[in-house]
Amino acid sequence: MAAPQFEAAVGRYLPLEVDGRHYRLYVEEAGRGIPLLCLHTAGSDGRQFRGLMNDEALTSEFRVIAFDLPWHGKSSPPAGWQQGEYRLTSRAYVDTVMALVDALGLERPVCMGCSIGGRIVLHLALEHARRFRALIGLESAAHAEPYYDLDWLHRPDVHGGEICGAMISGLIAPSAPPGERWETIWHYMQGGPGVFKGDLHFYTQDGDVRGRLSAIDTKACPLYLLTGEYDYSCSPADSRELAARIEGAKLTVMENLGHFPMSENPALFLRYLRPVLEQIRTAR
Amino acid sequence: MPQGIAQLLAQLANADGALVRRGRFLEVTFLLEIGASAYLIRIHRGRIEAIAPGPHMQPRWTFALRAAAPAWAKFWQAVPPPGAHDLMAMLKSGDLRLEGDLQPFMANLRYFKELLALPRAAGAAEER
Repeated sequence: MAAPQFEAAVGRYLPLEVDGRHYRLYVEEAGRGIPLLCLHTAGSDGRQFRGLMNDEALTSEFRVIAFDLPWHGKSSPPAGWQQGEYRLTSRAYVDTVMALVDALGLERPVCMGCSIGGRIVLHLALEHARRFRALIGLESAAHAEPYYDLDWLHRPDVHGGEICGAMISGLIAPSAPPGERWETIWHYMQGGPGVFKGDLHFYTQDGDVRGRLSAIDTKACPLYLLTGEYDYSCSPADSRELAARIEGAKLTVMENLGHFPMSENPALFLRYLRPVLEQIRTAR
Repeated sequence: MPQGIAQLLAQLANADGALVRRGRFLEVTFLLEIGASAYLIRIHRGRIEAIAPGPHMQPRWTFALRAAAPAWAKFWQAVPPPGAHDLMAMLKSGDLRLEGDLQPFMANLRYFKELLALPRAAGAAEER
């Protein structure tokens, strides 16, 4: 009998203490080389990076690591979750990323985050620049204004999975391959009650970094920004405004991609990502 | 157009078994405004049961979607440009106004997004 043809990614559970709370995190990785820590979007999980983990050219140079934030994917919420309301904060997000970097013993990894992950890399640039070899913000803006009542995402007369999936569907570019499009939407449909909304607390309120951009030093850590032209949550205009306010930030606007480039169309996204990673890999 | 688009919408929707199935719990009348034209569209168990073109003397509807004719024309292009490709994108830009009791709309958001996008595949924008 032929050996099973597993994909390259291997996943494990990691007990992790962050700010005095105990979490059980799901961490997945593929490849070897420079660590590339990947942060998923609000209301989704690390499966968004499946296309990258299955790309042999990438994993021959980079150790691609993705984890599910607490409350997301296969990571558990903390004990006692049933009594509270989930709300992601800048502090908790930064501390979770740094606790994971420490726990895995990552030596100056590249960190690439999308959407809320694209926002938190700006916070990492402010607080921990020297711990990273480079930062990559996908669909990254300094702030986002809500354009609908976020309460729709978590109320008993609207199905949470249906509304989260339907809400984000338009953030995917029209030309995305249907299989990747619906996989991307499915992850949203699987989110726990109120989790997407809780992430958007960070995205639309707590994570606002507009007043601190001038303190980002791209000489201490290079910052790359890549934004899809069909993204209206973090639009190319939002990313242009961000790039204009950070000296040395390098922005690429990606055609025929939306808010979830690595998940909605991995093959097309890799065409934009490879030159960025090559610059990072060959930098002094 | 726009008289044609409402009839086209009904034809396409009622022929789409998967859409009708997803809308099987849906009972609502909504107003679709395309510039100066407005239609009252009645949905029963996921099927478009009636379309009443304006002018309406005393219209009753649960929610309304209003946008200018050029905004809908862009939305109905086979491959719409960024910003015109999704109802929520149009809402954010202000091109689309949503009014009334939005619960049936939000609870069936996928249904309404897909219903209103149906004319794209039929080449509605080109017909105009």
